[in-house]
Amino acid sequence: MAVPVAFFALFFAYPVAAIVARGLDVDGSWRFGRMGDVLAQSDIRQVLWFTLWQALASTALTLLVALPAAYVFARFDFPGKQVLRAVVTVPFVLPTVVVGTAFLALVGRGGLLDELWGVRLDTTVWAILLAHVFFNYAVVVRTVGGLWAQLDPRQEEAARMLGASRLRAWRTVTLPALGPAVAAAALMVFLFTFTSFGVVQILGGPTFSTLEVEIYRQTSEVFDLSTAAVLTIVQFAAVGAILAVHAWTVRRRESALRLVDAAGTARRPRGAGQWALLAGVLGTIGVLLVLPLTVLVQRSFDAPDFAYYRALTSDEGNVFLVPPIDAIGNSLEYAVVATVIAVFVGGLAAAALTRRDAGRLVRGFDALLMLPLGVSAVTVGFGFLIALDEPPLDLRTSWILVPLAQALVGVPFVVRTMLPVLRAVDQRLREAAAVLGASPWRVWREVDLPLVRRALLVAAGFAFAVSLGEFGATVFIARPDNPTLPVAVARLLGRAGEINYGQAMALSTILMVVCAVALLVLERLRTDRTGEF
Amino acid sequence: MQNKTFVAAAVGLGLVALSACGSSADEKGTTAESKTVTLVSHDSWAVSKSVLADFEKQSGYRVKVLKDGDAGQAVNKAILTKDHPQGDVFFGVDNTLLSRALDNGLFQPYEAKGLDQVDARYQLDAAKHRVTPVDFGDICVNYDKAYFTEHKLAPPATFDDLVKPAYKDLLVTENAATSSPGLGFVLGTAAQYGDAGWEGYWKKLRANGVKVVDGWDQAYNEEFSGSAGGKKAKADRPLVVSYASSPPAEVVFGDPKPATAPTGVATGTCFRQVEFAGLLDNAADAKGGKALIDFLISKTFQQDMPLNMFVYPVVKGAAVPAEFTQYGPAAEHPETMDPAKIADRRDQWVKSWTSLVLK
Repeated sequence: MAVPVAFFALFFAYPVAAIVARGLDVDGSWRFGRMGDVLAQSDIRQVLWFTLWQALASTALTLLVALPAAYVFARFDFPGKQVLRAVVTVPFVLPTVVVGTAFLALVGRGGLLDELWGVRLDTTVWAILLAHVFFNYAVVVRTVGGLWAQLDPRQEEAARMLGASRLRAWRTVTLPALGPAVAAAALMVFLFTFTSFGVVQILGGPTFSTLEVEIYRQTSEVFDLSTAAVLTIVQFAAVGAILAVHAWTVRRRESALRLVDAAGTARRPRGAGQWALLAGVLGTIGVLLVLPLTVLVQRSFDAPDFAYYRALTSDEGNVFLVPPIDAIGNSLEYAVVATVIAVFVGGLAAAALTRRDAGRLVRGFDALLMLPLGVSAVTVGFGFLIALDEPPLDLRTSWILVPLAQALVGVPFVVRTMLPVLRAVDQRLREAAAVLGASPWRVWREVDLPLVRRALLVAAGFAFAVSLGEFGATVFIARPDNPTLPVAVARLLGRAGEINYGQAMALSTILMVVCAVALLVLERLRTDRTGEF
Repeated sequence: MQNKTFVAAAVGLGLVALSACGSSADEKGTTAESKTVTLVSHDSWAVSKSVLADFEKQSGYRVKVLKDGDAGQAVNKAILTKDHPQGDVFFGVDNTLLSRALDNGLFQPYEAKGLDQVDARYQLDAAKHRVTPVDFGDICVNYDKAYFTEHKLAPPATFDDLVKPAYKDLLVTENAATSSPGLGFVLGTAAQYGDAGWEGYWKKLRANGVKVVDGWDQAYNEEFSGSAGGKKAKADRPLVVSYASSPPAEVVFGDPKPATAPTGVATGTCFRQVEFAGLLDNAADAKGGKALIDFLISKTFQQDMPLNMFVYPVVKGAAVPAEFTQYGPAAEHPETMDPAKIADRRDQWVKSWTSLVLK
């Protein structure tokens, strides 16, 4: 427990507090009055309003599109289901820059839709909403679908046998059981879209701005640190509230449900209606998820002799001081270190949270660990720069900053994956081993480790994929001579010229392939499907 | 549990120690060589390799360059890290951001050798020498010559022209909050029409269909029909806020090189931007930094600069390439503004502009 707490205090709470303090503490006196001033501004209120309604709309749209898919994945058996489950998860672990790029290639100027029908959606809110659905589809499919597959279909059948209509049986039996899972998924989607950065930044143009983008603009461009600090506090409060509700729904979900093995509940679709539903879901996945990725890949090859890929290895006249291809090596190195840190810290946190005697305080820490997912990455990045700059912790020029920031977002995934598995380990096994004279270390090695090894690998895989894609904080602390893949993509996109655009597409494609491979490996390892991600 | 925590903490410390070792090994290349001077700049920094090599040979310093995003971002990051700066010299703070940098104590004074050769108009910190002017450029509306010939329309020449019905829906500009040419153009209108009149001007400009995009790249290479990039992207705006040096750039980078510039400059819409370099406060190697600043205003560098960064030299008598004098001469009467006034009003102007034009 001490390690995760120290880690979070040092690399999360302290930097964030430092940058917020820098904004609100002017010449030694605190300016809490700034809160009112900032929130009274009409353009800030507009940003808040837009952030809220686009998150609500994105969440609703995602549920609308993804819930049928959750049903199809839970109840139907069809060839290629496993691969497809991995495919729909690819967007979720892709960095938002790549998602933005993929959509730009689809709906931007000269994009596929533009060429076919002259339709351009960039700088409209539709592009943002669609990208959010693309991004969060997997959250709903995995969270809701995972539980749905384990609900005993016989309960609904029993209700129908007793004379309930199909709708009534569904409403009174299945819906209440699914409710908490749907709520949890919706809250996660809401959290991710509420704090959306890369997608809005790339697709929104100058007109649309979420809270997160506004914090970035105020910090990095306008240099109004006090406004940024106020907005950070507002976002912090909002995210805290979302997480509190989320923790509550998760606890409710843990209430007794009769779960069965997921393998036995799915069957081949029967009748025209079911086949149509399956076809509809597959069609949606094709258009909404696969098409943007395909356009991305196609763009990257849209020059003779793989010119864009070959350009990646050249250091002549490019944005960086190194050939862009080096970014791949940088990214992999950073991601490996970040994964080690995240698994170490997250694993200890999960172990501490599993303990029977864990009190209220520890359970509160559970929700706290999720906070980095919702706090502005820009704030964390800038916080690192100004807080960790003095001995004994002068990390400002050290490369370790990047993996540390990436580990922050990896830890919640590790904890969420490990926790259910660790909780399932029978406490009596540990006690028996202890009674027989095993040391706590030995108990862990002999009892826990064999049981959680798989979960540990899955957790590591997720932390790896998430580190690979982390953009917001990395963009601030990655040094110009050591860009990561997402940072390189964003910089290339920001430069004029065909060859730069082509290179951005090529790098995105490479990143996508790496993420997809990591995910397919995970899909093979995964046994337990009650996890949240 | 006590035991377990201890082991865990020990492993954790070992991890940090290991990574610390990794980092020192990683940076041996730069820290062991004491004679390295680091220049922090924005993405637009460029210099001929031979010119830089000459400096390295003469001074004995190896120059390391850190490019840190666009100009505004680079300045902000330099201010935030000023207690432990990332380099010795910062290049690329312009007159619109100068006061922000000076007020935050970013630089230490240094009077560069050869400063007497620098045009006095650009020495905006002459009393204290915290910054040294290095280059200047004009932010002006560019026009697509072919469009105006084809439509038998005279291209606009002044701010006043831009709000005339003949030029409706033709202009694209950058977001003043996020782009320095965008901000320069707004400052130009504020200088021209004064505190009382500039908002009214922008209302008219908006009514006349001005389009705003986020950055210069997008405006110039995707929306502006006169640029090489814009032609490919089938852009449809023949007027864009860019630089006086953009027409020569179209010639120099043309493939094949056109006989004359495809674009021109509306000389009555220019705002002058001056860029400065300064020795960072707490610089690790002040001596090297000073040598580097001297180099930036040496004639060799000044004459190399125009075709690399597309700006004009500030040193008297420095030769300007023929493409510049021919296709993009510096404006005779550009708008200017006192940096102190810019510092004072910029945020308010940008805010008003945003609500006037974007919302």
